[in-house]
Amino acid sequence: MAEIHLIGRAASPGLAIGPVTMLTAVVTRRTASDDPAQEAAALRAAIEGARAELAEQIKTIQGEVADILEFQVAMLEDDALAVAAYEVISVGITADHAWRLALDVEIAGYRAAEDEYFRARAADIVDIRDRVLAHLSGVDTVARITGGSIVAADDITPSAFLAADWSHGGAIALAAGSPSSHVAMLARARGAPMVVGLGPLSWNGQPPALALVDGDAGSVIFDPEPETRRLFEQRMVAANTALAAAEAASLAPAYTADGRRIAVLLNIAAPEDLAGLDPAICDGIGLVRTEFLFEASHGLPDEDTQYAVYRRILEWVQGRPVTIRTLDAGGDKPIPGLTVDGESNPFLGLRGIRLSLARPEVFRVQLRALARAAVHGVLKVMLPMIAVPSELDRAGVMLDEEVAALRAKGIACARPPLGIMIEVPAAALCAEDFGAAFYSIGSNDLTQYTMAAARDIGAVADLNDAGNPAVLALIARTVEAAGKRGVEVSLCGDAAADTRLTTALLATGLRTLSVAPLTVARLKTAIAKVGS
Amino acid sequence: MHDVNASRAANAFAPLTASAVLVNAVGLHARPSVKLTQCAKSFVAKIEFALAPDGPWTDAKSPVKVMRVKAPQGATLHFRVAGPDGKAALAAVLALVHDGFGEA
Repeated sequence: MAEIHLIGRAASPGLAIGPVTMLTAVVTRRTASDDPAQEAAALRAAIEGARAELAEQIKTIQGEVADILEFQVAMLEDDALAVAAYEVISVGITADHAWRLALDVEIAGYRAAEDEYFRARAADIVDIRDRVLAHLSGVDTVARITGGSIVAADDITPSAFLAADWSHGGAIALAAGSPSSHVAMLARARGAPMVVGLGPLSWNGQPPALALVDGDAGSVIFDPEPETRRLFEQRMVAANTALAAAEAASLAPAYTADGRRIAVLLNIAAPEDLAGLDPAICDGIGLVRTEFLFEASHGLPDEDTQYAVYRRILEWVQGRPVTIRTLDAGGDKPIPGLTVDGESNPFLGLRGIRLSLARPEVFRVQLRALARAAVHGVLKVMLPMIAVPSELDRAGVMLDEEVAALRAKGIACARPPLGIMIEVPAAALCAEDFGAAFYSIGSNDLTQYTMAAARDIGAVADLNDAGNPAVLALIARTVEAAGKRGVEVSLCGDAAADTRLTTALLATGLRTLSVAPLTVARLKTAIAKVGS
Repeated sequence: MHDVNASRAANAFAPLTASAVLVNAVGLHARPSVKLTQCAKSFVAKIEFALAPDGPWTDAKSPVKVMRVKAPQGATLHFRVAGPDGKAALAAVLALVHDGFGEA
């Protein structure tokens, strides 16, 4: 049998080889009743069952995957999705047929969209359709994919992707699909190569047994000749060697060319950001954003929930320091029920520490959870949006009170050192006047407040430059204040990961930078070139 | 920036209107749609939006209907809000759009 070359579009990088698993539509059978009322009730129960199943899955995950499933939950909760189905059920169509008809219209609407992103949502609606059909027929229709196999299909749903184990290789080859699909996002996150838009997958006789997927070039070879396979395997070995070298370099401590040791810390938004990472890539965690806790809980998370998450992060990092930022809501991060709606200028309003001091009943819960977590590692607590020393002092008093209250109850706790984020120019100019245990420079807000220019307003975005001498002068002044007071200073904004600024930032005397996990290898490479 | 032309008639529940430009990269897609509807549902007021100042109007509390609009980046969202907490509701949805749903 001759090998088959198909060219599509790259959706997730990497090379993979493996046995082919064909995903085909699952046919379900159910015995329908001829009573429209019973059919409507069956559909209602199936929709509710699908919704509950997804809601249960979401509880165990966070981040991007949770967002994808939350979208499906929101769609299932919306009566508008099933209106057309109930209408045809009332005239005698069975529930499964009615649901399929209604959802296929919805899916066709997405497939016809001009915008690729909206076209890619069709796979989500297919997922919703099939999940409800599974509940209607009482069978599990989510296709099971064997780990390490090359999945060949027209398209694949997020549920099918999530049901498979991608930790031992495997790849996806789709006749249709889109690089903007949720599955493509998931594949990139899990490192599974993916190629889409290959065109009809049709075989003469036997389906293919083996496939080579090139997620960099966007091509797939089915049933390769031995020579083709040998060359591909050579490329895989070379690629893996290069990857291992880059990973090994990112595991080593960072030094500049002239021998200065630079600490590289991680910025994370949720414990899931640490999945699959070796703690050795960092010297600690420089910024844990806690807003996600407040978003995921759709309200205010209780002390135990917060404590469990903080503890997980401290345990992951194996003794390295962890800096957790107290809730930084407001500004560009509204939280329903907590932040103030309709402020004329939210960036200059009740946000960060200002909001926490205004809502002590919320803040104190977080302080208690942090004090309890502090016994599990080296924890530091950072207060956002500090402008004047009294804000730090008031927070310090509250922390002391909560620690004393916990001790009085015999609950294990420790008082973590309190530091401040330097993002308001007033705090940068007078950093020395604050009794902070450390300074962490938040370059995003410091830049926007110094330059009076937001980065999301295109017309002034060029003014929003962290490399501007005025911003660098404020950073240098903060580093100097830290030196005089003998406390640590780090920088955790996007400027830390901007390798064009690495030389300028280190010239201010900074020795600690905190960046997103994905940019660690690049930053370490840039640091190694400084001073050469 | 949003262009607030909130007009308020003598009647407290008369519709308030204002518009804002979608700034986030892929328009009113899955996550922003969910955020918009969650925000809208936290108010009593009837909240609708359209791509043109005179409609057709879409219920901002229905993710299914919001997604059907397929509003791209750069589109202007016109809001029409009526209800006892209409003023706060309008400010909240405008802030959400203006801030790029926290993604910009």
